[in-house]
Amino acid sequence: MINNNADPAEIFRQEAADLLEQLEQALLDLDRTPDDRDLVNTAFRALHTIKGSGAMFGFEEVAAFAHEFESAFDRVRKGETPPNPELIAIALNAKDFIRSQIERPEETDAVIGVCILADLRQLVAASGTGFIAEIPLSDSKDTGGATAEPASTYRIRIRFNKDILVNGTNPLLLLNELRDLGECEVICHTDAVPALSEIEPGACYFHWDVVLKTAQPRSAIDDVFIFVQDDMTLDVERIEAQKVAPAATQPPTARASAEVASLPTVEHHVAPAETAAKRTGDSRGNKDASTIRVQAERLDEMMDRVGELVIAQARLSQLASGTGTKGVAEEIERLTSALRDAMMGIRMVPIGTLFGRFRRLIHDLSRDLGKEIELTTEGEETELDKTMIERLADPLVHVIRNAADHGLEDPASRIAAGKSATGHIVLSARHAGAEVQISVKDDGRGLDAKRIRAKAEENGLIAPDTVLTDTELYQLIFQPGFSTAKEVSALSGRGVGMDVVKRTIESMRGSIDLVSEPGQGSQITLRLPLTLAIIEGLLVRVADARYVIPLTAVEECVELSAAEDKRSKGRSFLNIRGDLVPFLRLRELFEEHGESDAHQKVVIVAAGDTRVGLVVDQIIGSHQTVIKSLSKLHADVPSFSGATILGDGAVALILDVLHLIALGQLREAKVKNSKLELV
Amino acid sequence: MLTSEETTRQVLMLGLAGEVFAIEAQQVREILDPIPVTRVPGAKGYVSSILNVRGKVIPLADLRLRFGMPPAPITPDSRFIVIEIEVAGEPTTVGIVADKVYEVTELDTTSLQKAPPIGMHWQPEFVSGIGKWKDDFIVVPNLERIFN
Repeated sequence: MINNNADPAEIFRQEAADLLEQLEQALLDLDRTPDDRDLVNTAFRALHTIKGSGAMFGFEEVAAFAHEFESAFDRVRKGETPPNPELIAIALNAKDFIRSQIERPEETDAVIGVCILADLRQLVAASGTGFIAEIPLSDSKDTGGATAEPASTYRIRIRFNKDILVNGTNPLLLLNELRDLGECEVICHTDAVPALSEIEPGACYFHWDVVLKTAQPRSAIDDVFIFVQDDMTLDVERIEAQKVAPAATQPPTARASAEVASLPTVEHHVAPAETAAKRTGDSRGNKDASTIRVQAERLDEMMDRVGELVIAQARLSQLASGTGTKGVAEEIERLTSALRDAMMGIRMVPIGTLFGRFRRLIHDLSRDLGKEIELTTEGEETELDKTMIERLADPLVHVIRNAADHGLEDPASRIAAGKSATGHIVLSARHAGAEVQISVKDDGRGLDAKRIRAKAEENGLIAPDTVLTDTELYQLIFQPGFSTAKEVSALSGRGVGMDVVKRTIESMRGSIDLVSEPGQGSQITLRLPLTLAIIEGLLVRVADARYVIPLTAVEECVELSAAEDKRSKGRSFLNIRGDLVPFLRLRELFEEHGESDAHQKVVIVAAGDTRVGLVVDQIIGSHQTVIKSLSKLHADVPSFSGATILGDGAVALILDVLHLIALGQLREAKVKNSKLELV
Repeated sequence: MLTSEETTRQVLMLGLAGEVFAIEAQQVREILDPIPVTRVPGAKGYVSSILNVRGKVIPLADLRLRFGMPPAPITPDSRFIVIEIEVAGEPTTVGIVADKVYEVTELDTTSLQKAPPIGMHWQPEFVSGIGKWKDDFIVVPNLERIFN
């Protein structure tokens, strides 16, 4: 809906991505509950829609493959072949093949598809009876009609939801399909059509009565409507031949106007708002970062807020010269921040969209590693900025692989250790203040402190006699080039990994916690800010320049008294309630010359357990900071994580607190070392 | 930057420390009067500040420092020329300072000569060619090289 003029192929790609995800989820669920007919139908419907729209948008190969896949799968749908793990595995491969056909057609070898289909047919045939794999399978409708039945007559009442045309369904095609089943009499009822002035051009006001004489079983009729049954009421009744009477009196105009009414389907094809709103329930956001499908309530909410803002703004203009300005100005401020929050809400999507992908990962890992793994997910509804969700995918894949590969033991060792043979991985997400915590917890063997130490010494990361706590040792796994896997497996243990994970998380202004209990398992928690785009900042002045310090990092602000300032010349430590905190003079760091203000302030920022003070000339106040990234030309400037535009149009730089803390630590270490040398 | 197929190019003539530079007009997005800029401490000298151009934060480059010319303050005659170039493989909007902007004109590319390897106090790789315009010598800078 955001791109009304989007490339149709792109629309298909997005839709297909959603559908493929549905298909995958349904297949994975089937793996667990093979008897669930609804799941089979869901899978089948997704596949059928891919086939249909694939053909419509010119993805002929996709449509052809989906058709074959669907045909093979049809036996499962009819309950002739029960879904089993092997079948699910192949069906998943087939799904992957369709995805690659759509996303990377030039790299996709059709031969693979042929093999997958052959496997699929063989499996389906093996468990069914009398099924010959080589026969090209036809559409569900035809195969469904194989069993001959004496002709019988049905009265079919069809009433579609008003918005059916908007969804791209053409009732006339469905009626034609009915006509294919046998002798058919169609009556169109036009009594619900409102006066011309009230007609919504995209709505379907007709309903139909059909009398059908067919040798096909009743299920053939249901099959015609299988993909629209949620958006219609269908009433099929078997009747005696003589009752058919009231059919013929159909005014010729009715049919004509039915065709007119169906025309708007074409124009509405690029899903307008209502359709998108209807769809979001199952689509749950797609994978493309540039377009987002948005829940309609959220847009409504935004609209309401903007409306309020406009009214308040009008009041403000009226009162501008009078007194009362302050109150209105405050209201404007309140509304603007509400508007901002609503706006941010638009960018938020539930993390469940991401978690869903990991079920497949666990399924494959479980098979490849020969370990029984059960994945539990919690807090799927936790919302996170969409761009962050995208960026989290790879780090989480890595963490989960590590948990499955290195963390969980093989079934035999687990039983020996008195645990259940099935390993458990819990993937959870929750909000905690202004951050989101995503954790991956396993009940495996836990980190091996001894092996980490041995490896770190071997790699020269630590000196052999360094005294480190287990927690400090665990942190070593985040060092570049560190890998404890004795054998490099195909899945993990190439030594590129946890350091990349750490870097990615830090680039999103997040951090990683790691807890491990030998024999009990480990838990890795990724802590991330809610959004990438806007932060609360503290605006400060250093010489004539203004800077923003992210407020989440600020612990407190204290005054640097003249006495302390003098005393601390040469040694950059501050006594904060008995603790020595190193500090950095931003004037020096930013090469500002000239005299500092008489009453300098120190902003104490913290990350984890480490603190550092930043000496500034003035604290201006809090500032809603919209983060703009710096260009590649400033990629070599580590002190700043970005820039923002202030109320007066000037640009202020945002301090990179992690870097400044590291810098403070470095100075502290230097001071300590030089002291040691003096002793 | 300058292909042999077409013999003339639309270029923007600008003055910098007494020299005339020609920048391909296609790369130019807009020309701004000087506005306040924000210094980026620790940045490379020739891209020492950033500015706000219609809600976008872009770096401001001073080609003087790339051509070994002495730095000069921004005057009311100065102009910020907003161009779009590739930096490290990413299309990037960059502002460059000019002492003066003359005009957009056709430049006959066949009249351009390769920068002589000697007798020039500039780094030869930053110069795509040297030509003549009216009675002045002009420099066609190689912006891709300058910014990468």
